[in-house]
Amino acid sequence: MGDVLGIVAKRLGLGLLTLLIISALIFIAVELLPGDIAQAVLGQGATESNLAAKRAELGLNDPAPVRYLRWLGGAVTGDFGVSLVSSESVTEAITPRFKNTLFLALYAAAIAVPIAIGLGVLVALFRNSLFDRVANVLTLTSISSPEFFLGYILILYFSVNTGWFPSIAKVDPDMGMAERLERTFLPALTLVLVVVAHMMRMTRAAIINLLASPYIEMARLKGTPAWKVIVKHALPNSWAPIINVVALNLAYLITGVVLVEVVFVYPGIGQLLVDSVSKRDFPIVQACCLIFAATFILLNLAADIGSILTNPRLRHPK
Amino acid sequence: MTDHLKREMKEALIRDAKTGGMSRRDFLTYSVAAGMSVSAASGLWTSDVSASTPERGGKFRIGVHDANTSDTHDPGTYLSVGQIQLAHTHRSYLTEITPENGLGPDMATEWSASPDAMEWTFKLAENATFHDGRKFMAKDAIASLNHHRGEESTSAAKALLDSVVDIKADGDHTIVMTLNQGFADLPWVMADYHLTMLPANDDGTIDWESGIGAGPYKIVGHEPGIGTELVRHDGWHREGAYFDSIEFIALNDPNARQTALITGDVDSITSVDLKTMALLQRNKNLVVDNVPSGSAITLPMFCDTAPFDNVDVRLALKYAIDRDDLVEKIMFGTATAGDDYHVSPGMPYAPTDIERRPYDPDKAMFHLKKAGLSSLDVSLSAADSVLPGAVDLVVLYSEHAKKAGINIKPVREANDGYWADVWMKKPWVFVKWGARPTPDNMLTLAYKDDAPWNESRWQNARFNELLLQAKAELNDTLRAEMYREMCMLARDDGGTVIPFFANFVYARNKNVAHSDSLSSAWENDGGRSTHRWWFTS
Repeated sequence: MGDVLGIVAKRLGLGLLTLLIISALIFIAVELLPGDIAQAVLGQGATESNLAAKRAELGLNDPAPVRYLRWLGGAVTGDFGVSLVSSESVTEAITPRFKNTLFLALYAAAIAVPIAIGLGVLVALFRNSLFDRVANVLTLTSISSPEFFLGYILILYFSVNTGWFPSIAKVDPDMGMAERLERTFLPALTLVLVVVAHMMRMTRAAIINLLASPYIEMARLKGTPAWKVIVKHALPNSWAPIINVVALNLAYLITGVVLVEVVFVYPGIGQLLVDSVSKRDFPIVQACCLIFAATFILLNLAADIGSILTNPRLRHPK
Repeated sequence: MTDHLKREMKEALIRDAKTGGMSRRDFLTYSVAAGMSVSAASGLWTSDVSASTPERGGKFRIGVHDANTSDTHDPGTYLSVGQIQLAHTHRSYLTEITPENGLGPDMATEWSASPDAMEWTFKLAENATFHDGRKFMAKDAIASLNHHRGEESTSAAKALLDSVVDIKADGDHTIVMTLNQGFADLPWVMADYHLTMLPANDDGTIDWESGIGAGPYKIVGHEPGIGTELVRHDGWHREGAYFDSIEFIALNDPNARQTALITGDVDSITSVDLKTMALLQRNKNLVVDNVPSGSAITLPMFCDTAPFDNVDVRLALKYAIDRDDLVEKIMFGTATAGDDYHVSPGMPYAPTDIERRPYDPDKAMFHLKKAGLSSLDVSLSAADSVLPGAVDLVVLYSEHAKKAGINIKPVREANDGYWADVWMKKPWVFVKWGARPTPDNMLTLAYKDDAPWNESRWQNARFNELLLQAKAELNDTLRAEMYREMCMLARDDGGTVIPFFANFVYARNKNVAHSDSLSSAWENDGGRSTHRWWFTS
């Protein structure tokens, strides 16, 4: 186990370094965008003297590296600054949005992961049967369609035509859990449709891959039923690739939902990021991107630890 | 037709019109077809159809577009549709643009000018209060206007008040503004969406941060880019505000907005996607409002840059555009064709007797020849962020112009930074202007020789002389004549092609009613649907 802790420590250190590099890249990217924040905030109607006054107010006249280091100095002490546009603290602006994004991601994952793995096991069991084919065709169709299109289809059938669910996923902090689950059901379902195929097919491939192994042959020869061969003998050894792909999809559920948020008007972090980029609101863009980057780093780390913990050979190295 | 039949038809028409299935224009058309005279039909509309008395109550939910997480309450940074709609709901102005596009009182009850229009006196409503109960006083009005003045001000409305040199209180409920030049339009400027009245702090600044205003509704919950909840302000000093409460919901995606209206999640939306407008109109529960506005599309050419420095080249390009075709294909009919002067039909003093320039390739060729050219190659820059369909418009225009031997090369520019890198930088570009209330306001902003936004770099001595004269002229007839002459100069000498004025197209549930006319100032009745409209039972 000491080894695992060592890996975790090393990976977290590398992760911090990655975040630092990413923050510099984001800063450069925002600087490269045409126009600046004074222009974006004051709009077409701004005059030169307006712009000059706004730039002075926001401290935009300092050279770029100075501004970056000023931001970095705050960030390492936990102060991510204030939004250049609304003067609101970045932490306050992002926290409720991030909670919403996280809620939707967990909601979707809670439905998608069991379905995907369950289906994966079933299609591996009945591989090459009609059931396998149909399940594959359906999930591949849903993953191949753009999310916004899936969202519109769901809205058409479940909202406009039947009125079962609301078309806009308006949530507020005081809302009860049941109401919240109902209001966000369609966006969650859209995400489920997008991620199920990937996880299901990886589960299926990982299991089938193992079915040619001698120890599976052995299990079969001693008369173990087919489902037991898969669930008890094949599945435990295929956790590593499955966990990896689950982690990848969880990261996607958090970082890749901008389109779903727009279609269902869900107040998540993606919409905030898009708005902030168009206004050149660097501190918010920076914070959102770092959250996304950290999500990937942490989930990848979790996936690696998961693979180690589920693999006795890695857990007890010689 | 028998009398009996006539009466039945009349009743059927009124019934249909009352349930919202018909616009005033449709009503008149059908009534005349049914054998009524136009004046009788018009009278019938006023007396029987639109004169339903407003009813109180209900929660009015508006799906608003262009509402962003970066929107603030600072009136100096008002820019987005979401901000403008909210501003007219929780705040008030000295004057307002009425549904008939006239000027009416809001927090000022009356105003008057000295004969040279250099000193203006505004009397303030004595019974007006802010949401926290404070009385509205002269010091509040002065602080509110000063927020947009002075060297340090970052307000986008600074230029509007450039001519104001001093604002003084005369008692608690009168303010006197002193100008450095005569300015007859000052009361109109006071209706500008930036110049909202806010409570003053002790140091003469204003409290805009708290969101307190003197408007018909007060904010109870506000999340920028998500939505705002408001309830009626009982101390509001005017008639109206029939709803008990208001909710704005940010719905920036056109599909989400229209779906929410169809499913009844909102009662009104501020913008309709023109491509699907026809489908929306088929829905019997909805009404689409199509309101001509003063928002112009302009194609300014640099009058000091070849080949646009030749007036015949400019005229050739003005004759080579088929405006009706553009209104039809790009705007799906929801626009009013323009005539190369930036005074919209809804503005005061708008000339009504100028014949619109037709699409005439032969005339265009004639002017080209007069300029000594046999053909012309020019580039026209556009971006779809300025207007959805902007690039298509340019492509269509270039097809029109081909018939006159003119090659217009459409250039698609990046959406980002269009205003910084393309507008006023390239010699011929696509621009969309928001509506301005008066000709003086618009022409001073973008056509005066030394205006920072003289986007066509047009210099015309007579035009600029008239502009200054008209500014201080308090006689309406003389003013109208001056504006007519200016319009003709812009039309025949100016460097701006104006394809059309875009309409505001918005929609509501048919149980939401409003009076016969709608203001052209902004979406949803000049942003004042919340205080002018009501629910019918």
